[in-house]
Amino acid sequence: MNVPILQMRGITKTFPGVKALQDVTLDVNRGEVHAICGENGAGKSTLMKVLSGVYAHNTFDGDILFENEPCEFSSITDSEKRGIVIIHQELALSPYLSIAENIYLGNELANKGWVDWRKTNLEAAKLLARVGLSENPVTPIQHISVGKQQLVEIAKALSKEVKLLILDEPTAALNDEDSDHLLDLILHLKGQGVTSIIISHKLNEIRKVADAVTIIRDGKSIETLRLDQGQITQERIIRGMVGRDLESLYPDRTPNIGEEVLRIEDWTVQHPQDHARTVVNNASLNVRKGEVVGLAGLMGAGRTELAMSVFGRTYGRAVSGKVYKYGQEINTSTVSDAIEHGIAYATEDRKHYGLNLIEDIKRNISMAALNKLAKRGWVDGNKETTVANQYRKSMNIKAPSVAAITGKLSGGNQQKVVLSKWMFSDPDVLILDEPTRGIDVGAKFEIYTIIAELAAAGKAVIVISSELPELLGICDRIYTLSAGHITGEVPIAEATQETLMHFMTQEKE
Amino acid sequence: MSALRESLGFLTSRLRQVGIFVALILIVILFQVLTDGILLEPQNVTNLVVQNSYILILAIGMVMVIIAGHIDLSVGSIAGFIGAVAGVMIVHWGWAWWLAIPACLLVGALVGAWQGYWIAYVGIPAFIVTLAGMLIFRGLTLITLKNQQITPFPNELRALGGGFLPDISGGTSVLEWLTVILGVGGTAAILFQALKERRVRRKFNLENEPMAWFAVKNGFIAVLMLIITFLLASYRGTPIVLIVLAVLVIVYSALMNNSIFGRHTYAIGGNLHAAELSGIKTKKVTFRLFVNMGVLAALAGLVFTARLNSAQPAGGTGFELDSIAAAFIGGAAVQGGIGTVAGAMIGGLIMGVLNNGMSILGLGTDYQQLIKGLVLLLAVGFDIFNKNRTGAGGGSSMGRRFKWKTTPPATEAAPAVKAEPVGVDAK
Repeated sequence: MNVPILQMRGITKTFPGVKALQDVTLDVNRGEVHAICGENGAGKSTLMKVLSGVYAHNTFDGDILFENEPCEFSSITDSEKRGIVIIHQELALSPYLSIAENIYLGNELANKGWVDWRKTNLEAAKLLARVGLSENPVTPIQHISVGKQQLVEIAKALSKEVKLLILDEPTAALNDEDSDHLLDLILHLKGQGVTSIIISHKLNEIRKVADAVTIIRDGKSIETLRLDQGQITQERIIRGMVGRDLESLYPDRTPNIGEEVLRIEDWTVQHPQDHARTVVNNASLNVRKGEVVGLAGLMGAGRTELAMSVFGRTYGRAVSGKVYKYGQEINTSTVSDAIEHGIAYATEDRKHYGLNLIEDIKRNISMAALNKLAKRGWVDGNKETTVANQYRKSMNIKAPSVAAITGKLSGGNQQKVVLSKWMFSDPDVLILDEPTRGIDVGAKFEIYTIIAELAAAGKAVIVISSELPELLGICDRIYTLSAGHITGEVPIAEATQETLMHFMTQEKE
Repeated sequence: MSALRESLGFLTSRLRQVGIFVALILIVILFQVLTDGILLEPQNVTNLVVQNSYILILAIGMVMVIIAGHIDLSVGSIAGFIGAVAGVMIVHWGWAWWLAIPACLLVGALVGAWQGYWIAYVGIPAFIVTLAGMLIFRGLTLITLKNQQITPFPNELRALGGGFLPDISGGTSVLEWLTVILGVGGTAAILFQALKERRVRRKFNLENEPMAWFAVKNGFIAVLMLIITFLLASYRGTPIVLIVLAVLVIVYSALMNNSIFGRHTYAIGGNLHAAELSGIKTKKVTFRLFVNMGVLAALAGLVFTARLNSAQPAGGTGFELDSIAAAFIGGAAVQGGIGTVAGAMIGGLIMGVLNNGMSILGLGTDYQQLIKGLVLLLAVGFDIFNKNRTGAGGGSSMGRRFKWKTTPPATEAAPAVKAEPVGVDAK
């Protein structure tokens, strides 16, 4: 039964000054779903790049055996020829091309250099049926949801006669429903003989699909847990990943809640392009001093849209409603107004909206509040470095120095830079949008601790999250959003995943 | 030995900056040999400075625009237009130079504001707006001049293009002493500043350049400055425009590094969305950048007109290309967010030495253009090649490429990219 399809032996990959992988071993059996777990920066993605030929065979040490034959890939094309296909976290689809064109991109069904459209669309339709996607193959990619785009990527992999499918964080951008569908598909493909390697942070997903889990920590393979030996449990995986038991996933805190800081009333936002759509509808909420308030909702419920429209109208059009701070109505119609009124918004998409990735840590931290470091328009560089060093220490940002480029940090450390930036702007209200997305378990705990400390320091914190356990773990009160409406307000004592989910799926007329 | 390896590792990680420096030296040596020493003759060095001053002035504004992720194709036409305006004001209307110069700079600012408005507030890409501007202001130049050149200009204005600081020894000395004082003083100031910066970085636990590189680099800069000082001093002294340029370089370098405006410019070019969501008024910054570009283009136009002693219909043609090339050769990134004023100056000098050297050799503009085009392509190509190499996984991988790493089982002694005062590895 357990026939190995892939054996990686003694993989060592060095970047100047950093050992990314050290003597890593990975054994994957034919027809299984093999999960790879590890903190961000542990070396999972590097390992997959070694396997798929992104790093050519002469740039690392060690051996790869695929179907008992040694592999020496120089590029992705080489590995794809052997049936190894990798789907990256950031999807590689062209938004203006159709589904079928994307599936056969670079691999066109052509006759003497001319594309055979009939065949392309027919074959694409068959592949779409295989992945359970009921869309017309001629639909442009930009018109389908991210979840469906992920399925298109898999269809594309299938078109290459994939034997080993590598999925890097496939559900990171998906809502629960799409995630479930994707996981079912992976199991379905497994039934058809496709072996999968899945990199994921989400332990419940791993428990659902994985036959085996290999844990990587600090560039070393720690152990491989197997389902048939009863080894795959959440506690065991977490222990392997962080190298210690996590007694608690969330820090203890005793809330000390004071007066109301921010109140949003009758907030309504229209979709920026589609004028008929109301994305946020008559929403009202408030947050008090020292309180952590959660905003729960499914994908498309309008959580981020609500937050961004409040924060300087950075989303939507025809925004109406009122914002009060300490009972006084305030104007937050530009970002700088919002910041001046002590509101901070840390985005869910730190790479595109949160950080200047080609700039160093200190300049990112100072970006939102340069005037605090400046006199008459001139920035005091020494003061800036001092401030950044303080945050590096207090937030435990792991970097050689504050002059390190943020693009080279791990997700957790990048998120700490974003949080430092907003803490330095000294807000009274922090809106944190998916603060732990794409962050490993150990760093998550650190982020939760920071949130708890912020609340303890008298800040009002609003946390938007797709992970209900997270909201239940850190919030004092949770609002639920559904289709732009606030459908519920639940104190933490009464909140359970079931009650929240009930409100989150509730339709308002 | 390990210090040497450390320095080598560092050099590879800074291949771009080192490369541009080495390229400038090689080009200078090459033309010095090819021209039988004419290139570095005192008179020619003076010429080189004056001839390139307006391109360098433009390159300052251009690199700022490029850092913000934009481009300006209209600067040549604006320079020509301002030349025409200056001609009308001074020659036709008889305005005094001290009135005409600020007036011309103001017109430059208005021109910049016009373009900045369309780019920043209407949201038309800078490429289109300034392409239109290139045509509009060339047209206005022709209209203003009625297709005829305006000449001559009074001596006070001409001094801006071809004048020199007064000789304080009254012509009795072989070396012009004011130039020597300025040159030596300037060199000392640069060295002092570099040492101060190094001390500050050490104080704040930031990585420093390896000592060897630091010493070589600054020693080289100092020697270079002293040589140029000597050459200028043994001809007619310091060109006035060099003083103007030096002040601009100092002010704008400081502005880009230490002012809120400069920081916001880098932030916008690095990640526009993140800048917006950090409360940076991106439109305002963009608008100001183009106003600034307009002023600098006006200044370049004045210098150029002063040097030629005439405002010409075709004045400034092609300046935009030279200044854009200078910025990119000097290390500015096509996507924005990266670049320095100093780099643009070195890039401009490379272009200038090429121009000058090839002219001395008697190469026609045909070959000059061909060669300049290839140099630009190579410089940016090298940049991208280098980025692809290094972008793969943090730090430079050039070392690996050239097999500088020890092959025996890599132990902890694997070459570090640079000295890390804080012993924490970035994950």
